[in-house]
Amino acid sequence: MNIHEYQAKQLLRQFDVPLLDGKPVFTAEDAGVVAYHHFEARGISAIVVKAQIHAGGRGKGIIYDPETNQPRMLFGKQLRGVVVIRPDEYGNVAHKAYLAARQMLGGRLVTHQTGPEGKIVRRLFIEEGAAIKKEFYCSILLDRSRSQNVIMVSSEGGVEIERVAEEQPEKIIQVHVDPTIGCQQFLLRRLAFGLGLEGAAFRSFLTFVERLYRAYEELDCSLLEINPLVLTNDDRFVALDAKVNFDDNALFRHPEYLDLVDTDEEDPLEREAAKYNLSYIKLDGNVGCMVNGAGLAMATMDLIQLAGGKPANFLDVGGGANVERIANGFRIMMSDPNVRAVLINIFGGIVRCDRVANGIMQALEQVKVTVPVIVRLEGTNAKEALEILRASGLNFLLAESFEDAARQVTAALSRSAA
Amino acid sequence: MSILCNKRTKLLVQGITGSEGTFHTAQMIAYGTNVVGGVTPGKGGTRYSGKNNDRFDYDVPVFNTVRDAVAATKADATCIFVPAPMAADAILEAIEAEVPLIVAITEGIPVRDMRTVWAALRGSRSRLVGPNCPGLLTPGECKIGIMPGFTATPGPVGVVSRSGTLTYEAVWQLTSLGIGQSTCLGIGGDPIVGTRFVDALELFNADPQTEAIVLIGEIGGTAEEEAAEYIAAHVRKPVVAYIAGRTAPPGRRMGHAGAIISGGKGTADAKLAALRSAGVHVVESPAHIGRAVANLLSTKPKKSPAKKSSAAAKKATSRKSNKSKS
Repeated sequence: MNIHEYQAKQLLRQFDVPLLDGKPVFTAEDAGVVAYHHFEARGISAIVVKAQIHAGGRGKGIIYDPETNQPRMLFGKQLRGVVVIRPDEYGNVAHKAYLAARQMLGGRLVTHQTGPEGKIVRRLFIEEGAAIKKEFYCSILLDRSRSQNVIMVSSEGGVEIERVAEEQPEKIIQVHVDPTIGCQQFLLRRLAFGLGLEGAAFRSFLTFVERLYRAYEELDCSLLEINPLVLTNDDRFVALDAKVNFDDNALFRHPEYLDLVDTDEEDPLEREAAKYNLSYIKLDGNVGCMVNGAGLAMATMDLIQLAGGKPANFLDVGGGANVERIANGFRIMMSDPNVRAVLINIFGGIVRCDRVANGIMQALEQVKVTVPVIVRLEGTNAKEALEILRASGLNFLLAESFEDAARQVTAALSRSAA
Repeated sequence: MSILCNKRTKLLVQGITGSEGTFHTAQMIAYGTNVVGGVTPGKGGTRYSGKNNDRFDYDVPVFNTVRDAVAATKADATCIFVPAPMAADAILEAIEAEVPLIVAITEGIPVRDMRTVWAALRGSRSRLVGPNCPGLLTPGECKIGIMPGFTATPGPVGVVSRSGTLTYEAVWQLTSLGIGQSTCLGIGGDPIVGTRFVDALELFNADPQTEAIVLIGEIGGTAEEEAAEYIAAHVRKPVVAYIAGRTAPPGRRMGHAGAIISGGKGTADAKLAALRSAGVHVVESPAHIGRAVANLLSTKPKKSPAKKSSAAAKKATSRKSNKSKS
């Protein structure tokens, strides 16, 4: 589960992680009001307006007008996802914040992480400016090869850490945390010495990372990334940006996270599927697939590609699929208009194939199907299931094996292309 | 021979009176697994024989704690069906009771809990398989977990996989071609699992019944790359591999908690390349797993691999003893 920067910072504040003062806004008018009352009137003359979308690279990203597809302009320059505001000839801070927010909201922000379609900006975060001496990088995540958390820091902040790892791996310093020992000071000192810190900056760094680690553990994060982590001119470390991913398996411990979901950031079909506990991911292909089990679902997608198609979705109806789940899954899969053929691949182990067949029949009462439906059922009660489908009088294409299913997909696509 | 479980295995079931535990215990007993007892806190001292449509062929004693159960039954394996919020506690209880083989079927255990479990496993007397796995099955002898027994038949191929139904598919392809399996092992799709590919390869490599190995991986993590390294250095038996998720988009979790390409890491192509360079027979299509094994076994020279495999077995054992010393 992903959340916005401003939400991440609200959570980190509970753990006293050093942050700048900031407030989220949802309209241009609010941006002006907040910029005045919360910042300008209190003597803060430099602020930053940041677009809130679930993707990184916002500072370098460009905002386009969704109607004209032209880049939006502000004060004679191309508008980016992050705008620094100081009083000048264009106006005072509040007025400029209002103008910036008006251009940003509703714009389509394209960054290297969003893909060319970008994301519509609907929320903004206004933060006080900082006098930055140097930018660093800090993240905490699971190192899967060691089954332990790793804290990674780098003196190369504000850039993509993947690039640093590739070009200057020596600039990344990491320590692993043994859960039986915990995040001890010696580990943090190793990081601080590795970055060449001293004096007040050294002490501030230790406090920062110690609190960040506590937040990571107690919030059940799967990733906590601060990029950039900045050292201010008065030698304090503060988080300029914050990215938090949660461990979905731990959501039962944090029911309050549900309030942080931004439904605008989710695909409507995926949201619908989640209601029925279906694991569905929308893709941009032309062959829909419905499978039981995540591994077999991925394998079925691969098979579709090898057969000359492109998977339109990932859909795992799960091990204990009942009639309703199958019916809902089928309906959701079929609501994607790009689907030109469908492959249903069920290996009945625990799940009984006749139940799956009944689910498909139930779904067909609600959904009109105009594309070829290839069905491959194997395992428990497969014979009974095939009888149900045959008796329906509907035109299913029954595949005898995984291999045969692939051939039928190829054939169906070439027929529909002809 | 086989790995990890056979007809002598004495199995406990933790969470035996729950609906999942009941259903699958009935299935395991029907397969021939020797289930010697169950654990459900608060129901100790009773006997249990299933409920509703899921009836056991015999009733089994239920205990309050794993310690009690092990003391009374001398069980050497346990299968865990406890719901996710309490599952890590159940695994830790089994580790503390020194059960040699712990198989955790439960899906959805928080990673934070599993970090603690992983730390507790170090230096313990237990091996954990899973969590979020289908368990393991030695055809004709013993089934621990939820694999459908009808797919498997005894024979020379060891199967190890991160997936559930895809494992059944691969095993079914083998069985349909008349090729049997020594043991089928599902290691689970979570970011932290107790038994990794490398551990499974070490066991299959040392098992004289196993003549060839099928490895089924998926996107995410580096377990397949580590397996490739281990195969290149230690395994002389032929290995056939398939990696699921070539068409999966980066940054999206594909059903399994561990199946995600993040920061450009964990792609199927990188894993396939690593396995290829280790001499593994990589199949592009999941429909060709069985046939690839059939080709390998039919072209394999009959005598020399047996010798090599016993040498490799010695190597694997000596490696293990080194590891436990360090």
